[in-house]
Amino acid sequence: MMTGAVNIRIQEADFDVAREIAALTQGRKDIGAVVSFSGICRDGEGNEAISALTLEHYPDMAEAEIGRHAESAMSRWPLTGLTVIHRVGRITPGENIVLVLTASAHRQAAFEAAEFLMDYLKANAPFWKSEEGAKGKSWIEARDHDDAAAARWTKS
Amino acid sequence: MKVKYFAWVRERIGKAEETIEPPADVRTVGELIGWLARRGETYAYAFETPRVIRAAIDHAHVKSDAAISGAREIAFFPPMTGG
Repeated sequence: MMTGAVNIRIQEADFDVAREIAALTQGRKDIGAVVSFSGICRDGEGNEAISALTLEHYPDMAEAEIGRHAESAMSRWPLTGLTVIHRVGRITPGENIVLVLTASAHRQAAFEAAEFLMDYLKANAPFWKSEEGAKGKSWIEARDHDDAAAARWTKS
Repeated sequence: MKVKYFAWVRERIGKAEETIEPPADVRTVGELIGWLARRGETYAYAFETPRVIRAAIDHAHVKSDAAISGAREIAFFPPMTGG
């Protein structure tokens, strides 16, 4: 049995989803399912238009924490591999922010692991977004429902 | 020990990191927040609502009752908005 590949990158540059999927599946014939989630910058909420988001992060901790959760996903579900790419820096509406890819023989593991990773990234990954809007630059506030979503993966 | 600040905590204090030497009777994260808040106005402003401040010791999330002895790096930041 081939060992799984965990790919984690934090970078300013954009990513190409098709290329990342190809990298995850290359050379393997045992993958029956690849699930892909892309988080994309929107241009605002309701009446509040934004011109850009800026992502700040805590580098050492982000890598350590995402790595821990990736390893947790690999041991909890039968995955052949996974990829997490989180962009940082200034991002404008329409641009990619985050990518989660999971690969498995069957779809249930791929879907569940992708959701687990995204719920973690939303609630506990050390990144902070500020937005530029008509009123200037302001920090985005965390939402309670992200914490609740992440909590449901905790084993009892 | 090194202490790092992020997002609006960093903005309010006016610095991203510094080295501190808290006294021996400051034993937990919560007590450290209280000690830092008394250093000056910018710190008091940053830590005015302790319950929204999150902390990490050596790159792992900790609660306010966590012991700080032996920590190499402590970070304070608002609730996260990644993903």
